[in-house]
Amino acid sequence: MILLAFLLQTIRIAIPYLLAAAGGVMSERVGVIALGLEGMMLAGAFGAVLGSYYGGSAWIGLVCAMSAGILVALLLALCTLRFRANQVVVGIAINLLVIGATRFFLRLAFDSASNSPRVDGFGGEGSGLGVLASFSNPLVWLGLIALPALWWLLWRTPFGLRARAVGEKPEAAATLGVNVSALRLRGLLLCGVLASLGGAYLALDQHQFTDSMTAGRGFIALAAIIFGRWMPMRVAAACLLFAAAETLQIQLQGAQLVPSQFVELIPYVLTIVALAGVVGKSVPPAALGKVE
Amino acid sequence: MSAPATTATWAVRMSQVSKHFGSVQANRDVTLEVANGEIHALVGENGAGKSTLMHILSGLHTPSGGRVEVLGRDVTGWDTNEAIAAGVGMVHQHFMLVPTLTVAENLVLGREPRRGLQLDEARAVEDVRALAARTGLRVDPTRSVAELSVGEAQRVEILKVLYRGARILVLDEPTAVLSPPEVDELWTVLRGLRAQGDTIIIITHKLDEVVAISDTITVMRDGRSVSRLATADTTPRDIARAMVGRDVTLAHDFPANDLAARDVSSARAALEVRDLVVRGDRGTPVIEQLSFRVQPGEILGIAGVEGNGQTELLEVLAGLRRAHSGRVLLNGQEITSLDVRARADAGLSHIPEDRHRRGLVLDYSVSDNLLLGRQHHFTSRLGGLDKTRIERHAETQIRAFDIRPSDPTLPARALSGGNQQKIVIAREMGRSFTVLLAAQPTRGVDVGAIEFIHSQLRAARDSGKAVLLVSADLSEVLALADRIAVMYEGRFACVLPATECNAEILGPYMTGADREVVS
Repeated sequence: MILLAFLLQTIRIAIPYLLAAAGGVMSERVGVIALGLEGMMLAGAFGAVLGSYYGGSAWIGLVCAMSAGILVALLLALCTLRFRANQVVVGIAINLLVIGATRFFLRLAFDSASNSPRVDGFGGEGSGLGVLASFSNPLVWLGLIALPALWWLLWRTPFGLRARAVGEKPEAAATLGVNVSALRLRGLLLCGVLASLGGAYLALDQHQFTDSMTAGRGFIALAAIIFGRWMPMRVAAACLLFAAAETLQIQLQGAQLVPSQFVELIPYVLTIVALAGVVGKSVPPAALGKVE
Repeated sequence: MSAPATTATWAVRMSQVSKHFGSVQANRDVTLEVANGEIHALVGENGAGKSTLMHILSGLHTPSGGRVEVLGRDVTGWDTNEAIAAGVGMVHQHFMLVPTLTVAENLVLGREPRRGLQLDEARAVEDVRALAARTGLRVDPTRSVAELSVGEAQRVEILKVLYRGARILVLDEPTAVLSPPEVDELWTVLRGLRAQGDTIIIITHKLDEVVAISDTITVMRDGRSVSRLATADTTPRDIARAMVGRDVTLAHDFPANDLAARDVSSARAALEVRDLVVRGDRGTPVIEQLSFRVQPGEILGIAGVEGNGQTELLEVLAGLRRAHSGRVLLNGQEITSLDVRARADAGLSHIPEDRHRRGLVLDYSVSDNLLLGRQHHFTSRLGGLDKTRIERHAETQIRAFDIRPSDPTLPARALSGGNQQKIVIAREMGRSFTVLLAAQPTRGVDVGAIEFIHSQLRAARDSGKAVLLVSADLSEVLALADRIAVMYEGRFACVLPATECNAEILGPYMTGADREVVS
């Protein structure tokens, strides 16, 4: 039973990572650095709460979340694809911009500097499902299939073949009549949708939006992408590993065996280890970050 | 093939075509007429506008003026997709392949066979296999492109345009990276395609290739088409004159190098390598137990297909890579563990194989590039750089090595490939040295600059310097070297006096075929 509880909590924690990392893999596979994941997630979280509160339904919240994610993705696309700005700088700027924007709209919509009022989310607590309640949340299912579905999309469809070609050698794809910018835009929009759903899960799970609530989860998702070497199934495993470490930390907190900060370090240490080539060389898509 | 043709028999007819990029005029009133079913060579020096013209034909560029007709249809200003649809396919100079994908995936990219929502991988492989069999371009469709040799990659490039139904093929410098047997194989394939009625335009600046393969020739110079010739009625000398606009000295005009006449064998080695073992980036050995000597007054030429350890050998000799074991001696002095600057000060000069990556800082001025690596010899008493001396130095070198334009403040990027290379040559040869490492010294430079660089290398040899020449261009090695070594898989497959060498003799060593004959 303890094991089952551990597993369920791991999945709960992993869902935002899985969704955001799926978006990030898509973005990086078409050659755009996914540093804006954090901002997309935060925008999604805010959109979800806004939609749920005023629309009265978590589903409307999801629509708003995805719209917010698409909006951020469009801004990112405008800067990186149209104006060819440095993707690292734009990514960081967008994260800061979204923190500021959500803070602004938080005050405007809910007249608070720190948090929104409570929203219902997908419920399930009172459904009598007990520990399995979280499986009544559609975002959990979406999170669990996101990366396998992305694997299928990237490795089994014509779109995926083109996407990978564009991320590796865009000039080759271009000479074959593939519209590189249009394809990158589609990849970015999909990334925005997925990452914002990750944020939406977070907010609906906590039944409210709080200022900067994503708290670096976008970067952990990015770490999982690198640790998983841009391969969807490995990335999924990395997300689950990071989530398990976090669960462990929460469960051990009572015991005080190790300071919690050390457990929080795990994703970052693993990422550095992965980048240093300890577990085989990590090779990003060749055209990542380069928009000529 | 020079028979008068009516409109319908021209596969390609470009008239009065012009193209400018900003203030740079790449093409002016160019005329190109290619008959159906012929192999047409488009020749000219680098920067003559050949590639631009072909990019217009294949829809990558829109002409600023003029008219383009393909099979009698006016197609002026079309885009790549229209060109592909009309059967015009271009094989680019630099491979346009995605290394992480398989051969089949690279071929079908952009027009993938589908089964429902999915990519029909099985059919892609089957289609490619059938096409390969039909055209004689043998390659395994399931292999990853990263594993292919350059010859195979080239075949994939040609297959790629054929897969799109091309009947008019444009090949941009297709032999630049091929070994002689691979070139012969390419010619066979092209003749086969011609026999099936396909039209081929081949861009090149190698005269022997023009003569070997083409039916007709268009020569370009300074963005204009200067003449159209039937290959059968012309000579390499005529073509060279049309390309450059004056008489040029062709490499094989020089008498064969006569080692015995200069009696260098008894001299002390200027550069000596003993039992050198070098590991590559992945830790695998790339050079195994290599030993050789270069005498003063000698050019030792290393021929061979690229990727057989030449790059690593040069890096070790220049001090850019560490040897796993073995020794390197410069004039008898051990330099194995010296750094780059110490080696330079000991008399070693190095013309790196890639001038953009290692030879120049493109955004630095010509003057600063002439100074690179030597800046510690140009300091004032206070430790800063001595501007006056640097300027004087730059002006002297620019004059001595005929770098054009002669403005030392221009960024290196603004110069043509040949003049960029002259900056590197001036820096490395315009100072005192005893041993010169010359790697691909004329890669991507025009005929005029080649002539100049070759004469500089010969002059260095004649003044008693030792030159180690590494070149993927076999004709260059044959033209310059006194002794020729062929490098294959990290070893010298042979070392022969140049007088006993020709392409036929060296070819088998370059592909390792000599070993198969033995075993």
